[in-house]
Amino acid sequence: MTTTTQLAARASGPATASRRRARRGDLLVRYAFVLPAAVYMVAFFGYPILKNVVMSFQAYDFATFFNGKAPFIGLTNYTATFSDPIFLRALGNTALFTVGSIIGQFVLGMALALYFRKQFPLSGFLRSLLLLPWLLPMIVSAAVWRWILEQDNGVLNRFLEGVGLISEPIPWLVSSDTALLAVIIVNIWLGIPFNVVLLYSGLQSIPDELYEAGQLDGATGWKSFRHITLPMLRPVVSVVLLLGVIYTIKVLDLIIGLTGGGPANATQTLATRSYEMSFIEFDFGQGAALSNILILIALAFAIVYLRANARAAKNG
Amino acid sequence: MTPMSTATTAGPAAIPTPRSRRTGRSWIHTVIGIVLIAIMLFPVYWMLNASLAPAGNSLSTQWLPLNPDFSGYSRAIADQGQNLITSLIVAIGACVLSVAIAAPCAYALAQFKIKGTAVLLFVVLISQMIPGIVIANALYTVYTPLGLINSIPGLILADASQGIPFAILIMRAYLETFETSIVEAARVDGCGHVRAFWSIVLPVSKNSLITAGIFSFLFAWSDFLMALTLTTGESIRPVTLGLYTYIGTNDTDWSAVMSTAVLSSLPAVILMIVAQKYVAAGATGGAVK
Repeated sequence: MTTTTQLAARASGPATASRRRARRGDLLVRYAFVLPAAVYMVAFFGYPILKNVVMSFQAYDFATFFNGKAPFIGLTNYTATFSDPIFLRALGNTALFTVGSIIGQFVLGMALALYFRKQFPLSGFLRSLLLLPWLLPMIVSAAVWRWILEQDNGVLNRFLEGVGLISEPIPWLVSSDTALLAVIIVNIWLGIPFNVVLLYSGLQSIPDELYEAGQLDGATGWKSFRHITLPMLRPVVSVVLLLGVIYTIKVLDLIIGLTGGGPANATQTLATRSYEMSFIEFDFGQGAALSNILILIALAFAIVYLRANARAAKNG
Repeated sequence: MTPMSTATTAGPAAIPTPRSRRTGRSWIHTVIGIVLIAIMLFPVYWMLNASLAPAGNSLSTQWLPLNPDFSGYSRAIADQGQNLITSLIVAIGACVLSVAIAAPCAYALAQFKIKGTAVLLFVVLISQMIPGIVIANALYTVYTPLGLINSIPGLILADASQGIPFAILIMRAYLETFETSIVEAARVDGCGHVRAFWSIVLPVSKNSLITAGIFSFLFAWSDFLMALTLTTGESIRPVTLGLYTYIGTNDTDWSAVMSTAVLSSLPAVILMIVAQKYVAAGATGGAVK
């Protein structure tokens, strides 16, 4: 910030009119740097959020697109949402989907991160290959997994039958008993790279001397993980878990691509239900009410995340 | 969070072991590592493999593409070629727009102490956590009267909603550590803010610009939700949406579907190969900073 202070010091001399003007001009130029981004953020985040709040109190439906009328109806959209059995189903599914995905991603991601902490030839190269599932468009992953999980010809059932684990093909995506589990498995696969990358960088910042000292005290293997790695990694872990939750509760592409929320709403989440309300049933008011509930949940975790992140930065 | 290093420079094991034994052991680790990555990347392999299977023969995709059949690709290009071009235009547009809007803002957030920057930074952080369906919901209702439904500019603007916050955060993290003395020197010589930014700051921060650009491109290329909600016909249709409608209508011809999936994955794969350094920087920096 030396630039600013120096300029400020120079400007605090005898305040002539031209200098004041120059200073004001300078300030305007500085604001001009931020202006396009600020305008964009207002138009593409501020306005949509505000619009969603307003719409959630309106009867904003198919007719609105013809007559332009969207009368205010108070809390009707919210009461309709809360009394909708599909909403409760979607809420429960969102919780299961999020918790299941996070646990799977984290445990497997941690295992891989720990494994790749060992120094061996090609470890950096292999670790970078691991990023690929995360970089692919989600809808591509959905398409590929649909083919893998296909009941009769999918490679997963062929493999499981081949090794004798199952005798009948499992209808992964078309049975309401297994669809949510299948969607969670795919989402775990998608989330592993992200967990590995962050946990691995966290592991890199633990000084080796700690492990050396631990070894002298007899802390190896599980003990050193429990008493050295986990406590040192705690700030990173909380950031990874919270970001995971925030990203997972809004996942939509994957579920729409895999099951479309079905069968019989077995994989319906708040995000997919909100999409369905607005763009399939054209009830934008209720769709907005649903997505506002989603925003509130995301924001609650976001606030916890920002605090954890600030703490991590302070301790880091 | 400390700056995260992606370099593999952790110290050797604490207890010295004979060199030969250690090398022997680490090659075993490499083999296990390859197996683990192979399992993780199996779906990517299967996509490639299925794309080379002959059409209609979906009953038994072979384990190895011993007789590769490229007819899936010719059908994919015939059906989805236009959509691939649409995606490319939209992604390049969103990438350019994101960097152009984010770069000056990131510089200002990092280097100017002006009023409101703390608020803006907070908004940028939070905006990354807003579900896309919220944006799509509201945009649909204003895009319709504005004539932005089924338009390339409409998609570019909407898709930049992921790239811009990310690019601001990535570039700001870099510019926070940026050495200001050269800019100060230029400023003393009478160089304006704009010129200092254009001819000093931007060239020096090339790496973070490329990282931000790559991710903005990938976000827009991967977008599905905006394409799904903000287009209604076939005239303007990104390939992600093309792939989705393909799954619905082309259920039996998996080789064409998988060929389209492979083609849609190309940007990610190419960037993985040619811009590994930037991809790694974005992967670590973006989430935590």
